[in-house]
Amino acid sequence: MSWIGRTLPRLEDPALLRGLGRYFADLARGAQAVKFVRSPMAAGVITGIDLPDPEDIRGHIFLARDLEAGGVRPVQAVLDRPDYRRVPHPALAGARVVFTGQAVAMVVAETEALAEDLAEQVFVDIEPEDPVISIGDALAEDARPVHPETPGNVMVEGAMRTPGVDQAFTDAACVVELNLRSQRQTAMPMEGRGGVADYDAASGRVTLYASVQMPHMLRTGLADALAIDEGLLRVVAPDVGGGFGSKMALFPEYVALVWACFRLKRKLAWIEDRRENFLAGSHSRDQIFSVKGAFSAEGRLLAIDGDLRSNVGAYSCYPVTCGVEPLMAFAELPGPYDFAHYGVRSRGITSNTAMMAPYRGVARPMLTLTMEQLMDRAGAKLGIDPVEMRRRNLVTKFPHTSPTGLVFDEASYLEAMEAAVKIADYPAFRARQAEARAGGRYLGIGLAVFSERTGYGTPAFAARKMAIVPGYESVDCEMGPSGQVTLRIGASPHGQGLKTALAQLVADRIGIAPDQIRVIAGDTDATPYGWGSFASRSMVIAGGASQFAADKVADKLRRIAGQLMEVPPETITLGDGLAMAAGTNRSLPIGDLARAIHSQSHRFPEMEPGIRTQGFYDPPGTFSNAAHICEVEVDTQTGGVRIDRFLVVEDAGLLINPMIVDGQIAGGVAQGIANALYEELIYDEYGTLLTSSLADYLPPTCAEIPPIEIHHMETLSPETVTGAKGVGEGGTIGAPAAVVSAIMDALAPFGVEINTIPATPDRIRAALREAKGPAR
Amino acid sequence: MNEKLDITLTVNGRSHALGVEPRRNLADALRDDLGLTGTHVGCEHGVCGACTVLMDGRPVRSCLTFACQAEGAAIETVEGLADGDRLHPLQQKFWELHGLQCGFCTPGMLMLAAGALRENPDMDDEEIREVMSSNLCRCTGYQNILRAVRAAADVMRAEGAQG
Repeated sequence: MSWIGRTLPRLEDPALLRGLGRYFADLARGAQAVKFVRSPMAAGVITGIDLPDPEDIRGHIFLARDLEAGGVRPVQAVLDRPDYRRVPHPALAGARVVFTGQAVAMVVAETEALAEDLAEQVFVDIEPEDPVISIGDALAEDARPVHPETPGNVMVEGAMRTPGVDQAFTDAACVVELNLRSQRQTAMPMEGRGGVADYDAASGRVTLYASVQMPHMLRTGLADALAIDEGLLRVVAPDVGGGFGSKMALFPEYVALVWACFRLKRKLAWIEDRRENFLAGSHSRDQIFSVKGAFSAEGRLLAIDGDLRSNVGAYSCYPVTCGVEPLMAFAELPGPYDFAHYGVRSRGITSNTAMMAPYRGVARPMLTLTMEQLMDRAGAKLGIDPVEMRRRNLVTKFPHTSPTGLVFDEASYLEAMEAAVKIADYPAFRARQAEARAGGRYLGIGLAVFSERTGYGTPAFAARKMAIVPGYESVDCEMGPSGQVTLRIGASPHGQGLKTALAQLVADRIGIAPDQIRVIAGDTDATPYGWGSFASRSMVIAGGASQFAADKVADKLRRIAGQLMEVPPETITLGDGLAMAAGTNRSLPIGDLARAIHSQSHRFPEMEPGIRTQGFYDPPGTFSNAAHICEVEVDTQTGGVRIDRFLVVEDAGLLINPMIVDGQIAGGVAQGIANALYEELIYDEYGTLLTSSLADYLPPTCAEIPPIEIHHMETLSPETVTGAKGVGEGGTIGAPAAVVSAIMDALAPFGVEINTIPATPDRIRAALREAKGPAR
Repeated sequence: MNEKLDITLTVNGRSHALGVEPRRNLADALRDDLGLTGTHVGCEHGVCGACTVLMDGRPVRSCLTFACQAEGAAIETVEGLADGDRLHPLQQKFWELHGLQCGFCTPGMLMLAAGALRENPDMDDEEIREVMSSNLCRCTGYQNILRAVRAAADVMRAEGAQG
């Protein structure tokens, strides 16, 4: 009986359901409170900082000069590319501020309330400079450089042009020009950032419990910034309340917090509030893609020529850098479409806004929107049905090499789309749509087909020229004397259910039940070095490493069983907690084998005592794929959009736990719908963030998110040892394109174009007015 | 501001006497003074609902409730929901139907649903959706939460009919 493919309730959940989860802030009892004084301005020179009289300070106030005197170095995210501009990121701003919310001073006091009182008595004098907020501001001819290191305000730039681009446009029967924009979003995990730093006088070490996705990387980065021996630090990611990419970065607050903990030798807690998360946590999207597509009369895509601009904010996030968005956009824009000629320039543009860090989907929501709009709009011009347009252009032969050199493994782009189209029943919808239109109601259907690059190891990151190249995973596996397994992983799950899924995978290899497998993650003292959980990688990479480690355990169990039962090890099968000798009715409990090799190891002179193995995995990467179909009704008077149906046909390869996979898809789609319709961070022209509460930012509730209907295909990846592909981001990637396509289909009678997301009621009404539609 | 008020309140059936500053909110009192960290603080401005607890049987945002307002009140938190080792039907159904991922919003969702079902055990799907839209979740896309509340309501009604 296989555990893989079963909807097993998650092993993580009972504690979380009982309120017994341990999030970092739950560990703050007895800690002094840390608060940061933040810049009220987007850009300027710090001319002075007024502090209370020393005798009135009940606590500590630290400034940039204190950290510098303490040997703290700025964080430096590095890409080894000639087009990359390195900008040091200080833990506290000393000379200048470059975004509203940047930390200028750190305050430590006995309680949160007292720390807030003290922080209110610190006044920062700033001589303002012209704020550079938008992409347009930053690229203006007379734009002030945001940093001395970034003349022209371009921090990174990727470009390529195959020789045939211009000729293809000359030959094209139809050229479609897009100017699409995604406004700024934030990952908005329910738990904000923060950490509890605890000093241990006996060892002189500091343990940082923090809400992070990359504990090992954080430790390395902190040790570098503090110029200390890495062994003096332990980083623990306990239960983490969501990350979605936003908790990968080494935020400067962590540097200051750990430095202060070493200095004061006291337990300290920094727990950000929601406003801080909006102001100084990481942001995402904020992109303008200007792309032309050349098509033949038959609707074949011949070439793309694009100028992709991503606002990356004031700093380059460590360790993945500000190249994340622009360089992924550059490399992956072609998506699952087969065409030859590609000319793209993709820039990461710096501004006086909060730093961009990865957020679920990274670049792909926008590039999928772009490719799908090219298909829809070219189809409309050429009189070819949108589904037929995709049939004529999707990649169907594998492996496929894209114009940017990416190699796509076996996938089901066309098959997934055909399945989705069939389930959606287009003819029935078109009939409903016609009937509704006759009654003055506007229904629309939209389609998105896309690839999701997942589970990529060091080669993919090395190709971006990152100085720190993440990618592999390591696993230590140990079977104790009772036959229970402890799996220590370098990945760092934070809500995905990875522990359950890995236990299912390992259970099948060793022949025991998943509840006999304890997975330990997120503790640099207790796990092997690894890169954490991000980029839809953990099931593929930590899963592959776990499989290797588990297979070595199984091998050893067979050897032990073979000796005890006096049969060749290769005749032993493991299952249901037993080692069974083939062709006999003899078996031994696996627990007995484990006990023997621990407590009677002298009987096995050929073997090492105990059962401990390791697994490493560093795959090239694979591509999941999906087709999303969305049905909407648009109210032309209010501009409101209601989603009537959302359908996903997903191909993520082998499904380990279908319930968990569906959960990832549904949650991802909800975030994609938010990107398409609701969420937007708005800076005014001075760089003040106008949306700094959850009431302003408009994350959707269950009243807005429809049921998500999910179907699966299973094309096993030849590029991963388990056959599984990653599935963490697909929902978020495809949903905006499907929603926008549906809105434009609904409003097709008015010829309305949606060029900016979120497609808010205001924007839809404006587009209708421009198209002389019915909106007043 | 730093003077403390003496209050008594009952939390999950146990009486506690606390000295709290007038500005201390109920969430902090539960978490920091009583060590009941199952109640989570997500926004501190009353939008996300992660901190929802029951006060005299009704859901409240504990981040927007001063501890001193709970003087004499009976507070219920997620730690009091299960009956010993036996999970509450809401907890059981959230588990079975994958109504949680990171778990941060979960205590608030559970307490909101518990309070709403106590007030109206016969909520239909639309009413459940209306009530649960008070709280935010970032992981699940909500549908499994709604299904779990629906399923738990059915179990609770059947148990009530038996009991």
